[in-house]
Amino acid sequence: MLNVQDILETISMIQEENLDIRTVTMGISLLDCIGSDIKTACQKVYDKITFRAQNLVKSCEEIEKQYGIPIINKRISVTPIAIVSAACGQNPVPFAQTLEKAANACGVNFIGGYSALVQKGFSAGDEALIRSIPEALAVTDHVCSSVNIGSTKTGINLDACGMMGQIVRETAERTADRDCIGCAKLVVFCNAPEDNPFMAGAFHGVGEPDCIINVGVSGPGVVRAALAKAPDANITEVADMIKKTAFKITRMGMLVGTRASEMLGVPFGIVDLSLAPTPAVGDSVAHILEEIGLESCGAHGTTAALALLNDAVKKGGVMASSQVGGLSGAFIPVTEDAGMIDAARCGALSIEKLEAMTAVCSVGLDMIVVPGDTPAETISAIIADEAAIGMVNFKTTAVRLIPAIGKGLGEELSFGGLLGGGPVMKVNSYSPSKFIARGGQIPAPLQSLKN
Amino acid sequence: MRAVITVIGKDTVGILAKVSTLCAEYHANVIEVTQSVLQDMFAMIMLVDISQLNANFNQLVDHMTTLGENLGLKVHVMHEDIFNSMHRI
Repeated sequence: MLNVQDILETISMIQEENLDIRTVTMGISLLDCIGSDIKTACQKVYDKITFRAQNLVKSCEEIEKQYGIPIINKRISVTPIAIVSAACGQNPVPFAQTLEKAANACGVNFIGGYSALVQKGFSAGDEALIRSIPEALAVTDHVCSSVNIGSTKTGINLDACGMMGQIVRETAERTADRDCIGCAKLVVFCNAPEDNPFMAGAFHGVGEPDCIINVGVSGPGVVRAALAKAPDANITEVADMIKKTAFKITRMGMLVGTRASEMLGVPFGIVDLSLAPTPAVGDSVAHILEEIGLESCGAHGTTAALALLNDAVKKGGVMASSQVGGLSGAFIPVTEDAGMIDAARCGALSIEKLEAMTAVCSVGLDMIVVPGDTPAETISAIIADEAAIGMVNFKTTAVRLIPAIGKGLGEELSFGGLLGGGPVMKVNSYSPSKFIARGGQIPAPLQSLKN
Repeated sequence: MRAVITVIGKDTVGILAKVSTLCAEYHANVIEVTQSVLQDMFAMIMLVDISQLNANFNQLVDHMTTLGENLGLKVHVMHEDIFNSMHRI
């Protein structure tokens, strides 16, 4: 017989502590849809996605019922569109519209892969795709876009950083009437993973199989609740409790992923060992840090506590699954985390502190609202700084900034849903424009020479 | 294939009877029951065999949830795999 305590623990994790599967993401390769005629290519893209993902939402709903575990988002990621659209040699926005149409037909929450990989330079199609991002994100609701501008192996493409500063601003301006929401669907990466199930950065890497299922788990509330039961434990015991909790969360992700792959007849890819917050109360990574003993997230000690949290999540997770990948770690998206929003509002959390935090946790400067008059060069320089952290530390870093067009300090943006909302944060106003204007490639660091 | 039915809420007359009647309607064989009443809170955990169900498992889940709502109780029906995978190495 199952242990009564275990059964009640699982139920209270789901009912009271917001344990859920954040996303089941189906990766679909579009390499066989490439063609020089854009109309035919788009039709092929639509047909392939809607064929492969026709049962995705239905199967996930069945799994939710069977195991009583909520699956919050069902998503699709596709081959970076810059590769698919290159052969057409024209504005790739019709591909974005096709992805939107396919996402609506399948009933998924997001579709990612309006992407380009330019860490070492632009190939045919990359520049056209990047230039089309503001329009593509303005005319669609579910399409997510990402651009990889650096890696440990290649260094950082400073020309691409410069371009992305302008693109982020332009995307905000194009969607200014909707709280600049376009920027919430645009992320700039260094060391982008090819099997990431999380948006906005998900795309289906070229080394991946034709179709695959990746799962992202969540559960900051569960970790916080576990720590709350032992307020006087020392920090080694805290790490141990986080590990045990992460193990359970990941096992659940494994179960759902395996089941989904069986039902859909598609191979199972990876579980992303993640702690992904939502704006809901009780589902916050910042609150875990506060439970560990900080008055507010952002206080001195935050980086150390986050490093411990991130490491313990991975250690617990790898024991629970042999197929681990994606971003794997604790996320710190400001507008999607109730505790982070509060910390940013009261001034305890600054962009500089967030930058330090990104050196020890998953991803990077995520969902941060900056003043509407922030110059493009400053955004480019923030991207370059963050990419440098990723490049040197052999980790994925990303930047998802939202310039609040027409707004300044003391004002807020609100996106609703999982994207949340939050206050405009202060940005250093000294100019990096000459640095960005130099362009070229920041050479790969010595760490890249491992052979 | 087995599922776990948990019932939590205020104790009233006939909870066990109603839940097990519903199990019988669906041909879900009750294997084991543990229950406790702490003050006036009722908590019951029932392990049932669902390999001979005469309907879809999802229908049983929905029906149990509705029954719970009518009785003012929280009723969860979950496949046992979730507990095994989370709590067993």
